Amino acid sequence: MSSNNGSALMKPLRDVGIVGYGAYVPRYRLPAREVARVWSGRDAELPIKEKAVAGLDEDTATMSIEAARNALARAGIDPKRIRAVWVGSESHPYAVKPTSTIVAEALDIVPLTQAADWEFACKAGTEAMQAAIAFVGSGMADYALSIGMDTAQGRPGDALEYTAAAGGAAILLGPAEESLARIEASLSYVTDTPDFWRRAHAHYPSHGQRFTGEPAYFHHVTSAAEMMLEGMQRDPADYRYVVLHQPNTKFPQRAAKQLGFRKEQFETGLLVPVIGNTYAGSSLIGLTAVLDEAQPGDRVLVVSFGSGAGSDAFSLEITDAIVDARRRALTTRDYIARRVEIDYATYARFRGKMLMK
Amino acid sequence: MSVARSWRTRRQRYSLVGERCEYCQNAIFPPRDVCPHCAEPAQKEYTMSGRGTVYSYTTVYDPPAGFEAYAPYPVALVKLDEGPMVTAQLTDVGADDVRIGMPVEMVTRKLSEQGDEGIIQYSYKFRPRWEQQAVAA
Repeated sequence: MSSNNGSALMKPLRDVGIVGYGAYVPRYRLPAREVARVWSGRDAELPIKEKAVAGLDEDTATMSIEAARNALARAGIDPKRIRAVWVGSESHPYAVKPTSTIVAEALDIVPLTQAADWEFACKAGTEAMQAAIAFVGSGMADYALSIGMDTAQGRPGDALEYTAAAGGAAILLGPAEESLARIEASLSYVTDTPDFWRRAHAHYPSHGQRFTGEPAYFHHVTSAAEMMLEGMQRDPADYRYVVLHQPNTKFPQRAAKQLGFRKEQFETGLLVPVIGNTYAGSSLIGLTAVLDEAQPGDRVLVVSFGSGAGSDAFSLEITDAIVDARRRALTTRDYIARRVEIDYATYARFRGKMLMK
Repeated sequence: MSVARSWRTRRQRYSLVGERCEYCQNAIFPPRDVCPHCAEPAQKEYTMSGRGTVYSYTTVYDPPAGFEAYAPYPVALVKLDEGPMVTAQLTDVGADDVRIGMPVEMVTRKLSEQGDEGIIQYSYKFRPRWEQQAVAA
C-alpha cells in the first residue's frame, strides 16, 4: 500500500488503467470561413479550418451514448459490472436531471451504479476521469465510466463562435492488468481564475478576452505538465505522444513547444483544426485519436484545461492489449472522415439561433 | 407522449429491448404480453442487434406536434435482422439519399421535446449502416 507523502502526483492504492475508449463526432462541419463571411469579412484570421456541429436530434446525452457504446465494445465487459457513469459537460440537456442516468439506462448499466454529471468548463471530463481512477483504485468498483462531451455554445459573432464545437469521448477505467493503457500517475492543478464563464440563465458564455491566454490556459497547462514531468523524473522525450486541451490551433502548439515537445509528439492528438474545440471532450478525444495509433510501450501525457480554472494531467503507458482493443469499434478518424459541410444559415437552424415564436 | 408512458417504454426506445418467444423462437418488438406469432404468454427479454434494412419510407413535411423543428424528415419501415418491422425516423441522411433495401443501424437520438420546460424524449432512430455513409470531400 502506498502513501502520497505530500507529492503532487496522485496514485491509487490499486493500479488502474483504461480498459475501453470511444469517440464521437457528429457529421456536420461548419468551416471557419463561413463564420468569417458572415461576421468579419473574408480576410479574417481563422483559428481553425472547421468545427463539428451536432444535428438537430443530437445532444450531450445521445453523443455520450454512442461514445460509451464504442468504449464498451472495446472493453468487452458486462455493463452491469460498471459502478459509475460520470458525464462531464457544460451543455447538459437539463439544468436539473442527470445526463448520466440516460446514458446508464441506454447502456444497460442500471441500477447498481453511481450516476452524476460533472461541471468544470472544459475539464469536466478529465475531472470525472480522476474520480473514476480513484473509484477503481480504491477497490470500491472494478469499472467506472467517465465521459467528456459537449455541444458547446458560441455567441453569434463572438471569437469563440469559430471554434465552439460538438463531440467528445468516453473512457472506461478498470484494473491495470486488463487495461490497454496503464495510468502511471495523475495530478490536478486549480486556482480561482475568471477567464471564461456562463451565468445560470445565460444562453451564451462570456470571457475575459486576452485574459484567457497567459494567466489561464498557459499557466495551468504548463504548470500541470511541468509538475508531472518533475514528479515522474522524466523529460518530454520520454513521451511518444502529448495531448493538451485545444481551444484553437495556436494555444496547444505553443504550450507544447514551450514545454519542449516536438511536432511528432503532439500532431496525432491535435484535432482542433478539423473538429473545433469540443470543450469537455477536447483533451479526451485527442487521447482517443492517440490510442487509435499508439504502440505497446509508448508513453502518453494528457493535460486538460478548464476555465475557472485548472488542469488535470495524466501519465499513461500503452499495453499490449491496445492492438486488439482498438479494432473493436470505430476510430476517432473514422468519425472525422464522415463529414457533411453546412453553411452558416443551416448552422443557425441546427443550433436554435433563430427565433421561431 | 406522457411522462409515465415515456418512462415505461424507455428501454425499448433507448436500445431496442424486445423479446424472443420461448415457444416459437420468433423475435418480438415492441415487447408485449403475448407472442403475436404463436399466442403463447410470458416472453423472454431480448435486445435486438439494431441492424436492419429499409423496407419502405416516406418524407414527413407536415409533422405532428413536437416534431416541427425536424421537418422535413424521412420515416421508414425498418425490417430488423431478427425479423420484426419497426417504424422509425431515419437520421444522418438526406431524404433524397434513402432507398428501399438500404442497410441501416440503430442509434439513440432525441425524438421530441415537450416545449422548453417539459421532458426530452430519446428514442431509437436508424442511420445508414456505417460503411454506407457518405463521406463528402
